[in-house]
Amino acid sequence: MLQLEPRPQPSPLWRWGSPVLALALTVLLGIALFVALGKDPLRGLQMFFWEPVKSGYAFGELMVKATPLLLIALGLAVCFRANVWNIGAEGQFVIGAVCAGGVALLAGPGTGPWIVLPVLLAGVLGGMLWAGITALLRDRFHANEILVSLMLVYVAIQLLSFLVHGPWKDPGGYNFPQTRTFDAVTQVPRLLPGSRMNIGLLLALLGAGVLWVFLFRLRAGFALQVGGLAPAAARYAGFSSRKALWLALLISGGTAGLAGALEVAGPIGQLTPYVPAGYGFAAIIVAFVGRLHPLGMVLSAILMSMFYIGGELAQSRLGLPKSVTGVFQGLLLFTLLVCDTLVNYRLRWRSR
Amino acid sequence: MEAYALLLAATLNAGTVLALAALGLLINEKAGVINLGAEGMMLCAAIAGFATVVHTGNDWLGFAAGMGAGALLAAAFGWLVIWLGTNPYATGLALSLFGAGFSAFVGIAYVQAKLPERVQWVVPVLGDIPWLGPALFRQHPLVYAVMLFTLALAWWLQRSRSGLILRAVGESPESAHALGHPVRRIRFAAVLAGGALCGLAGAYLSVIYTPLWVEGMVAGKGWIALALTTFATWRPARVLLGAYLFGGVTMLQFHLQSMGVAMPSQFLDMLPYVATVLVLVLISRNPAWIRVNMPASLGKPFSPGA
Repeated sequence: MLQLEPRPQPSPLWRWGSPVLALALTVLLGIALFVALGKDPLRGLQMFFWEPVKSGYAFGELMVKATPLLLIALGLAVCFRANVWNIGAEGQFVIGAVCAGGVALLAGPGTGPWIVLPVLLAGVLGGMLWAGITALLRDRFHANEILVSLMLVYVAIQLLSFLVHGPWKDPGGYNFPQTRTFDAVTQVPRLLPGSRMNIGLLLALLGAGVLWVFLFRLRAGFALQVGGLAPAAARYAGFSSRKALWLALLISGGTAGLAGALEVAGPIGQLTPYVPAGYGFAAIIVAFVGRLHPLGMVLSAILMSMFYIGGELAQSRLGLPKSVTGVFQGLLLFTLLVCDTLVNYRLRWRSR
Repeated sequence: MEAYALLLAATLNAGTVLALAALGLLINEKAGVINLGAEGMMLCAAIAGFATVVHTGNDWLGFAAGMGAGALLAAAFGWLVIWLGTNPYATGLALSLFGAGFSAFVGIAYVQAKLPERVQWVVPVLGDIPWLGPALFRQHPLVYAVMLFTLALAWWLQRSRSGLILRAVGESPESAHALGHPVRRIRFAAVLAGGALCGLAGAYLSVIYTPLWVEGMVAGKGWIALALTTFATWRPARVLLGAYLFGGVTMLQFHLQSMGVAMPSQFLDMLPYVATVLVLVLISRNPAWIRVNMPASLGKPFSPGA
């Protein structure tokens, strides 16, 4: 029978081979799902893997969705490497969007394009503040960060709902729960004419570079990871686990908040109850599939963005519910965890 | 006065959902396994139970379907975490994310579906007592069953031999293994039981409590149930009390609204989540207290060869 045998060392080949195998398995499961639903699997695959890259415009849309995913995942990678389980990035994203929206609403006819900077800064600070609550409660009262950060997602969404239903509701908006459309001057500058890609993409890619330097070249990044892997060793070396906790949560809150700000001051252009689109949760998968490595996460963010766009196309063209995206995202993380076994074990056929 | 009777009744009803899930998670955690997938299991069970009742018209088949769905997902989780040694946090999260997506996907067909006429359960004689009747004795049988189950579980864990073995597996798997107990199989069985109970909670939610299917309808109750086990320091009776307390907080928001309290509904909707955070802060303030009560090997993998 098939048996697992521990490897003397983790296999470097499978460390990167495992996400690829996981993707292949997810695709196979996806084909099975399409067949089971009586849809042409080739058409289905086309929606997910060809349509999003077939034209310049489509590619731009792919990047528009990959940007928040990558930004959030970069911050989450810092958390997970420090063994801080922040799963409330969605809430930090929402509060970032709310704070950025609040600043954007202040803009009037006389405002210059400099307003974009305070808008984005407000987003970063809002996200940091929201993650800071989790850090404070964990640090001061030892409250479990998984549960606290997740509960705060629901609180954040209600806060947004309150604002768009109440004080910030557009008086001329036919009673829809949304703010007025932000002034054009608050729009995050776009990169190319004819595409919705904006400087957020550059910020995210820059962020990936900065993360690489931080994790692999700076002492602070090293200390943070040692604290996550071996708290006792970190203490012995004089690295503070409290500092790591705060640093990790503030960084990830900041990136999630920035992603929220870029969304509302970019593609969305106003605050609505639909601002929380699940990017904060999908980014968890992006982080794991990308091996918590900056380059890996760039690729997995693009992949996850394909899942989003493919899901939308599958809805409009194949009549499948859009939530097929969530199924594939969840499956990918599952198969990744299974395939990761191959990093530390090898399969052996052994007769009993 | 009548309003308070209804508030109490609604509290018991809401608490039952949380209690079922939290007692299931308690069994998991007593065996040393932490499953963050509760939310996903409850969502899948909610749609499985709801769809079954839509097609068969039988609530009990719906509960069975919910338990089956919960146990099936828990089996996948258990196999990964217990035998393949994957990170339990990541695996549980995967389960929650997958469950949210999968239930939404399957549930599309049932968004507008209606269940057959709901039965109003009344305990004979007791149900007719003024005030007390509507407050306590007009509940679904599962509301009373969960109270009995709590007592049985408390007795089983503390007083029975098999309960002792379960706890040994959670406290010190090495010792349990040395005594010849199949640690991984016991843990797997506990995970299955936890999944089935979370599943029952999900099905109760969609079939009795709400009763309808809405995407994401569990709305964090799985996570609140996870918090409840800590809050209750892993004791069944306290889990039940905690569940009623949280059920009460959930109901309070409706009560305050109906009393015309001048507060935006969104702030009332925040109550259960804010209460969970506050309770976690209160209970975690003293780490020694948690450490004494927590199963010593909670979340730690065990492999007999090592």
